[in-house]
Amino acid sequence: MSDVKAAPPVTGAKHAAGGTANYLDERTSIGAFTKFIARKVFPDHWSFMLGEIALYSFVVLLLSGVILTAFFVPSIEPVVYDGSLATMQGIEMSKAFESTLRMSFEVPGGLLMRQIHHWAALIFAASILTHMARIFFTGAFRKPRELNWLVGFTLMILSLAAGFTGYSLPDDVLSGNGLRIIDGVIRSMPILGSYISYGLFGGEFPGEDLIPRLFTAHVLLVPALILGLIALHLFLVFLQKHTQYPGGGRTDKNVVGFPLFPVYTAKAGGFFFVVFGVIALLGATLQINPVWNYGPYDPSIISAGTQPDWYMLFIDGALRIMPGNLEYVIGGYTLSLNILIPGVVVPGLFFGALALYPWIEAWATGDRGERHILDRPRNAPVRTALGVAAITFYVVLVLEGSNDIVANLFRLSINDLTIMFRIAVFVLPVLAFILTKRIAMGLQRKDRELVLHGHETGRIVRFDDGEYIEVHEPLNDQERWVRVSYTALKPREPAPELNVHGVRRKGYRWDRFKAALSRFYFEDRVEPVTPAELEEAQDHRAPVAESEAPRPEVEKSTTS
Amino acid sequence: MRALALKRHRRTAPFVLILVLLVGLTMAAYATQSRPAEGAISTANAIGEGQKLFAANCASCHGIGAQGQTGVAPSLVGVGAAAVDFQVGTGRMPLQASGPQAIVKDVQFNATQIAQLAAYVASLGPGPAVPDAEAVDPALGDPARGMELFRANCAMCHGSVGGGGALTQGKYAPSLWGTTPTHIYEAMLVGPQSMPVFNDANITPEDKRDIIAYLDEQRGAAAGGLKLGTIGPVAEGLWAWLLGMGIIVGFTVWIGVRSS
Repeated sequence: MSDVKAAPPVTGAKHAAGGTANYLDERTSIGAFTKFIARKVFPDHWSFMLGEIALYSFVVLLLSGVILTAFFVPSIEPVVYDGSLATMQGIEMSKAFESTLRMSFEVPGGLLMRQIHHWAALIFAASILTHMARIFFTGAFRKPRELNWLVGFTLMILSLAAGFTGYSLPDDVLSGNGLRIIDGVIRSMPILGSYISYGLFGGEFPGEDLIPRLFTAHVLLVPALILGLIALHLFLVFLQKHTQYPGGGRTDKNVVGFPLFPVYTAKAGGFFFVVFGVIALLGATLQINPVWNYGPYDPSIISAGTQPDWYMLFIDGALRIMPGNLEYVIGGYTLSLNILIPGVVVPGLFFGALALYPWIEAWATGDRGERHILDRPRNAPVRTALGVAAITFYVVLVLEGSNDIVANLFRLSINDLTIMFRIAVFVLPVLAFILTKRIAMGLQRKDRELVLHGHETGRIVRFDDGEYIEVHEPLNDQERWVRVSYTALKPREPAPELNVHGVRRKGYRWDRFKAALSRFYFEDRVEPVTPAELEEAQDHRAPVAESEAPRPEVEKSTTS
Repeated sequence: MRALALKRHRRTAPFVLILVLLVGLTMAAYATQSRPAEGAISTANAIGEGQKLFAANCASCHGIGAQGQTGVAPSLVGVGAAAVDFQVGTGRMPLQASGPQAIVKDVQFNATQIAQLAAYVASLGPGPAVPDAEAVDPALGDPARGMELFRANCAMCHGSVGGGGALTQGKYAPSLWGTTPTHIYEAMLVGPQSMPVFNDANITPEDKRDIIAYLDEQRGAAAGGLKLGTIGPVAEGLWAWLLGMGIIVGFTVWIGVRSS
């Protein structure tokens, strides 16, 4: 405490800040923790900020959402409209819809807040998928981060839930149609379907309970879950440390980067305002979900261009792409495979595979070590190809979900378009897989070539016997490290079928399956350049320069 | 709603002015297309002139007596003046090329010629006449009733506010934002192309005017900014990815580059 006397005189503001910090520290010992956090090192790369977009758009969602709840009335009670909108005068509508119109047209800034909220929701879902794709393609889900992948996956599902419950709240025609489709999907489930539907809607669709229930889910349940899981998600990032791209000096045991304070606090703080700014710009200039165009919900009405928000579009696409003749009546019960398969089975399998992917790949690799260095996507050709195939599948479904818009925009036949997508949904993912794998391996071979022969310099040299050569410049250490530091895994061999007693071993089939999976992943591979190969390549180049050294250089020309 | 939107968009005044100008031009175009006064041309004379025009421009498909040809073109006996005014007045006829449906192109005849053609076809058999200006005046209609009628009868093809939509086999319901009130009225009356006929027993003349009033509300500036074609969430999703994610990811790259 004697230091206090020696301390230089401080300005009023500094004194206040320091005093407050000291007051807190003396009571909570938070200083050490703050220091730990502030000095936590994070690696630097633009792709590490994709998750931040999701976080910040969620903050925007919370802020704008709080304002919207102040004006929204979650009630199905009918009222007669008497506001400023000419096209709705004297129309009977629910209080939910009426209050949405009121906040859009009578509350100052209300429409801006609604539009910011909706655009933020679209950006939230989009950034989660983009972030997820980055994690997938760089292999950041590998041990020890499998659990965090699951947390992130759950957040993605929750973002769909948050979006859909919000989309359904205004009780307009579009949201009512969306709910009706979800109701149909739920009912397609054998035995349980109708009970779940009655339970959810509190009786026959649409019922009077749904809007209040959706409201509770949308403003309380789902955001609370998202908030909690975000905390867990970030805690695990802190605990397990951030992954980093390969590079000289970076290993599975360190993290190379900048401290959280001041570098990342400044960057992240600034980036929050970028995200907020872009969302506000969209909200201020582009109309979104103009519910007054759709009108109050009425089950008898449907309009052209009825689609869900983009993140649910793939389910709509799956429903549209499915031939409609797979409905069977068995013993008086209807089994609607035409809804069950696209509405439940396909999304279930797709999301199931996505959630379990870290373990699926671990079966193939058999890798039990911790991996903190990211893969360059080309160095995991089959994973990258699987990812691109999954995205292709998803995009085909999204396009089919927009088939009427696409048909109308390009003056195509909607029938032919659907037939084409029915073929494409099977063919294109396979094609995408093959192409991506070839491209990834091609890039790996290019890396090998570059490491072995160096950069082309564009300098052409002619020896006096007339031979021309181009001078190649060897890669520097960093460049070489990035290209040679990966391991090309080999397929695993299953352990022998029979144990020492000559009896068939338990678990042999499972091993054989894992070996087959491993072959699928690692049969085709491009090995990184080994030190021996590199040396040989350099030796090979040396004689040209040395053994025939007497040949004097006569001409130099630089072409680039 | 237009007045409301204008109020909300003082900052985008130039943009609104341009839209108002466009609406003005549309109205001016409509005004110049207004039908010649009754009796301005003697009916008999009009029919005679119309017959000549018909023989020169339409008879190759519809037949010299407008009786139609099987598999080529329908009979025009009894379709009325409204059908002619719609088909020729919007440029759908004479047909440019066969396809899923007749496409809109530049109008090939002037207002007098269209009236003459309509008079000739109307003389072949009784059919719906061209509506008068009062019957299609949006100011006299009730847009809220029009909204209900439009949603129940039209929106499933033309979209919730008349932006258009796809039909089967390459056919489509066109956008109604550039269509004149008279042509909207006539289309309901005669049911061109894939459109069903909404006769006066089905949708009364007052109902038709309400629908026109509702569609008229959709013209001009909209509340909330650019309308993105008013085709629903697909366009919104596209812009969220292209513009929203595009700009933000662009910023991440920029921030990333500046550090290294």
